[in-house]
Amino acid sequence: MIEVRNLTKAYGETLAVDDLSFTVRPGIVTGFLGPNGSGKSTTMRMILGLDAPTSGTATVGGRPLAEHDRPLTSLGFLLDAGAVHPKRPAHDHLRSLAVTNGLPVSRVDHVLDVVGLGEVGRRRSGGFSLGMGQRLGIAAALLGDPEVVMLDEPVNGLDPEGILWIRHLLQNLAAEGRTVFVSSHLMSEMELMAEHFVIIGRGRLISDISADDLRATAKGESTDVRADRLGDLVGLLRADGVEIVSSDRETITVHGRTATEIGGVARDAGITLHALVPEQRSLEDVFMSLTADAVEYHASAATPVAV
Amino acid sequence: MTTTTPTTDPTPTTNPASEAAMTTTITPTTRPSTVTRSGRIRLPQVTRGEWIKFWTVRSTSITLLAGAVATVAFGMIFSLVAESGAEAPGPAAFLSDPVDLALGGIGITEMVVGVLGVIIVAGEYSTGLIRTAFAAVGRRWTVIAGKVAVLAASITGVMTVAVTAAVVAGQAVYGGGEPTVPVTEVLDVIAGTTVYLVGIGLIGVALGFILRSTAGGIGTLVGAVFIGPNLLQLLPDSMTDVFLEYLPSESGAAIMTRVSDPDLLDRGPAYVVFGAWVLGLLGLATVLVHRRDA
Repeated sequence: MIEVRNLTKAYGETLAVDDLSFTVRPGIVTGFLGPNGSGKSTTMRMILGLDAPTSGTATVGGRPLAEHDRPLTSLGFLLDAGAVHPKRPAHDHLRSLAVTNGLPVSRVDHVLDVVGLGEVGRRRSGGFSLGMGQRLGIAAALLGDPEVVMLDEPVNGLDPEGILWIRHLLQNLAAEGRTVFVSSHLMSEMELMAEHFVIIGRGRLISDISADDLRATAKGESTDVRADRLGDLVGLLRADGVEIVSSDRETITVHGRTATEIGGVARDAGITLHALVPEQRSLEDVFMSLTADAVEYHASAATPVAV
Repeated sequence: MTTTTPTTDPTPTTNPASEAAMTTTITPTTRPSTVTRSGRIRLPQVTRGEWIKFWTVRSTSITLLAGAVATVAFGMIFSLVAESGAEAPGPAAFLSDPVDLALGGIGITEMVVGVLGVIIVAGEYSTGLIRTAFAAVGRRWTVIAGKVAVLAASITGVMTVAVTAAVVAGQAVYGGGEPTVPVTEVLDVIAGTTVYLVGIGLIGVALGFILRSTAGGIGTLVGAVFIGPNLLQLLPDSMTDVFLEYLPSESGAAIMTRVSDPDLLDRGPAYVVFGAWVLGLLGLATVLVHRRDA
């Protein structure tokens, strides 16, 4: 369990993290989402005890991580897959970490096998591909068989197969009762992986919501309709608060009436519906609209780019 | 948190792409058994981790051993030049003591160990590995102490041998191969030189933690410890008399020679002054590491 309470981090005038509170619960994968620069990494560094909060607290299992007897057995983490000496063999890198926490060297071999680097563990990590580097970072996070696993952008640089692998890995870890907290700036990466989302923007909490509830909000407000007597149907649907626009000659888009209601009206009038399509927004769209105000640098879609 | 049912067959899979890999569990079973020691992390464990890190990067050990070879080689060159009576320019011309001649290459060695000290710390700042180290052990001072212990032990081990070899080799080629210097004095010089090299390495470590940059650390080390004092010696004595002998390099020079020099401190006070530099800088590094965000 990770608990963040009123966490604030100021750099001079700028608030990188602004009065952030949320709880990451065990047993599920929690996605930590926000645009680039929204404070995800800063929050994670405060959870790790690397950055001191300006105010507020971040605890793991009720205590700051630095106060845990053997931190790696409480929380395994991946901050940056590049945080290795490129000339040091992967196995030695993990071994140096293991001994500090009193973990047996057999754990090193085990986690290397789990992430699929068992055969190349004796090689220097500098020769690893981006994906292998990510796997090594994840191996380090699993080293202490920790109750909490926290990964910063673990999917970066992984190919689709790797993304699938990490999704299964994290879901298995959660199924074992562990707390799994994973950051990303892409909803598309997280929507199949996480059961709960903590969404932040400009250091502030935007939404702390289950995946199901988020999907419910993704249900659109409009319905596309095709019918044989379209003009009659428009007349029947017209009411206060209902907005109807015709997209083309055969289709109308209705705001303010649900698809169920439209279907009922059509049936009662004996109108044959050819299509009744509720608009479905993707989680990506929902995420984009939630964080639209919080994106630091907007690209203007209207401006043509001279190449 | 609950521990899941023990699995008896934690068969690892080596192919991450296979379906088997996707369903691999992390054997939660091992939770009680993975833990061989309980209680708080102690310094010896952190030191072992640092020892592994130090000796598993080949360039580190090569650098240290190259420094050792250079110590012996340059000492022999200086001794041979002096023995041949050549009016050679350079350090050999200023040295007359056989032990000083044999250790004439120490200027290279101190540069090597100092830079090594900077690199083993600042290198971890540049990759971000230092964050892993700090977060993994909780108490940051143990990481500093671990690095100090590993570098001190490694320099002592390698350089005691190298310095002794340099003195023996120098004696063999200078003065007709007849040892002319009392053994106790030779031992004093060997001990003092090893202590100096360890101290310079640790100053490198301190600068690495203080400046968190390889370039900044090496620049400061070379500028302030090695080159600066030489430039100051160009100033009139009246201006530098007061403090010059208290600088790390000058107090270090005093513990590395058996020849008494009016410009240098006596050996006893020199040890105190040099030790104060090393401990002071390490103390500053420790304070800064705990006050700053990692």
